[in-house]
Amino acid sequence: MSLTEMELDALGLSLQVASWSVATSLPVALLVAWLLARRHFPGKSVVNALVHLPLVLPPVVVGYVLLLLLGRNGAIGRFLDQAFGLTLAFTWQGAALAAAVMAFPLMVRAMRLSLESVDTRLESAARTLGAGRLRVFATVTLPLMAPGILVGAVLAFARSLGEFGATITFVSNIPGETRTMPLAIYTLVQTPGGDVAALRLAAISVVVAFAALAASEAYARRVRRHIGV
Amino acid sequence: MIPVLEIDAEKRLGELAMSVQLSCRAEGVIAIFGRSGAGKTTLVNMLAGLVRPDRGRISIAGTTLFDSGNGIDLPPERRRFGYVFQEGRLFPHLTVRSNLLYGHRLAPHGERRIDLEQVVALLGLENLLRRRPHDLSGGEKQRVALGRALLANPRFLLMDEPLASLDQPRKEEILFFIEKLRDEFAVPIVYVSHAMAEVVRLADTLVLMSDGRVEATGSLEELSTRLDLRPLTGRYEAGAVLPATVLGHDDRYGLSELQVPGGTLAVPRVEEAPGEDLRLRIRARDVAISRDAPTDSSFLNVLPCRIAEIAADPGAQVDIRLEMGPSSLWARITRRSVDRLGLQQGQPVYALVKAVAIDGQSLGRRRVRQRT
Repeated sequence: MSLTEMELDALGLSLQVASWSVATSLPVALLVAWLLARRHFPGKSVVNALVHLPLVLPPVVVGYVLLLLLGRNGAIGRFLDQAFGLTLAFTWQGAALAAAVMAFPLMVRAMRLSLESVDTRLESAARTLGAGRLRVFATVTLPLMAPGILVGAVLAFARSLGEFGATITFVSNIPGETRTMPLAIYTLVQTPGGDVAALRLAAISVVVAFAALAASEAYARRVRRHIGV
Repeated sequence: MIPVLEIDAEKRLGELAMSVQLSCRAEGVIAIFGRSGAGKTTLVNMLAGLVRPDRGRISIAGTTLFDSGNGIDLPPERRRFGYVFQEGRLFPHLTVRSNLLYGHRLAPHGERRIDLEQVVALLGLENLLRRRPHDLSGGEKQRVALGRALLANPRFLLMDEPLASLDQPRKEEILFFIEKLRDEFAVPIVYVSHAMAEVVRLADTLVLMSDGRVEATGSLEELSTRLDLRPLTGRYEAGAVLPATVLGHDDRYGLSELQVPGGTLAVPRVEEAPGEDLRLRIRARDVAISRDAPTDSSFLNVLPCRIAEIAADPGAQVDIRLEMGPSSLWARITRRSVDRLGLQQGQPVYALVKAVAIDGQSLGRRRVRQRT
């Protein structure tokens, strides 16, 4: 069975949006996970709550807030437009941002858990061997966190692939620009006679999700064998 | 000039109020001895820069590592103290080889005088290099940890009970390697322990700690004669430590003869060749006292002495310090025997030492060096 052009468009766009969503949010999630796991600062519980908010809010609300803030007339949106010529509303970049925001708590949670399980005594040992803080983080902490980072990234990728509510609210449903797989499926379901095409897209989603999970599982197993835990 | 280690630091840690004043020569093996909870590990962590004192000053050979008055606190990576931890702390994600080289790569180029081949040969690590920490045995892990600390080319090695998690044969093995690296590389070692046998074997200088304080600092020989320190060195293990030289071996009976200041002793055969310097510990409970020289007894060692001190102890046992020429011996006998024999200070007596009471754990090789 070969894929139709519409299916390829939707699949390509979904993969693009999800990849950008993960790639851009990963460093931020790592920093936030580190702050939450290792630092004590005033307002920590507020930061923690904010990070987890997308998990409990209706996605439509998240999309609406993004639209208010980042839309052409939003405070941040206008600034981005004037300063960098970057438009997020109704573009695929906006879709990536919506997906990133929705997936952020999952990524942070996985990273934070793995960071908390890293033995700080190994980090002390590295420092006595002459490594500064940054080098210790890069050569000891990060490699030991690798399985957690991977789990976080895969969860975020899968969540991004499936993002619907925030996306459709923030960037609408524009074919070739913001119509990712879930939006395409939704559109087909709304169209008379679109059942078969919708089913085909759903099947493709399942295959992609399985592939991502299997790849991450294989990699995690290799890393675990490496570290011996 | 001999480098000096100076510590004057305070730290509050929960119940324990550390207040450490210490000044000693930074050479050979400095053993920090005390019960668990005495603050030994905290002291070593303060040296390494892993625990920050609340107040005070730490310097070594004129370099200030910490000075609360001047706001100096050198981070651990710049102190260059190799640290061998109780639990090894090898990096699980790296091979043995990468573990060994972790600190080596970070040492300043001009100061990499110890290289991988030397350490691998010294510690017998040839077959472990490609393995990973999780499939090493406890003894192998500690050997790698020793090598890793040594390869960082540190100014000082810190060892925090490196034998604590090992069984007796492994302890022997690691002790042997520690002796080797002490003798081959002129890196001073701070060795934390609560086992007197390890201290006797390794230490040149003894630092006695109790309740967060340094109670005494000095040579092992010197401190072992002090009655006031007896509660700290441990009652069961208490005894005298003497410098000894191997005089010769008696292969027929498997014995060796040792020269100690003021006398000679027969002991079970030692490894060292005649002329080698040893440190010998004779536990008080292995020494008996007789008023006359016994003729028909199994005691090989009958040493004429004089009673120097009788500990005022109300218990059933009494510790007695005996002077044998310039040396001191300790004898632990019952109060009943003291009364029956009518022992008094200044009285000439014979110390009876069972040769078999002296084993490998009572001996240490002395580092021969010039005392200035």
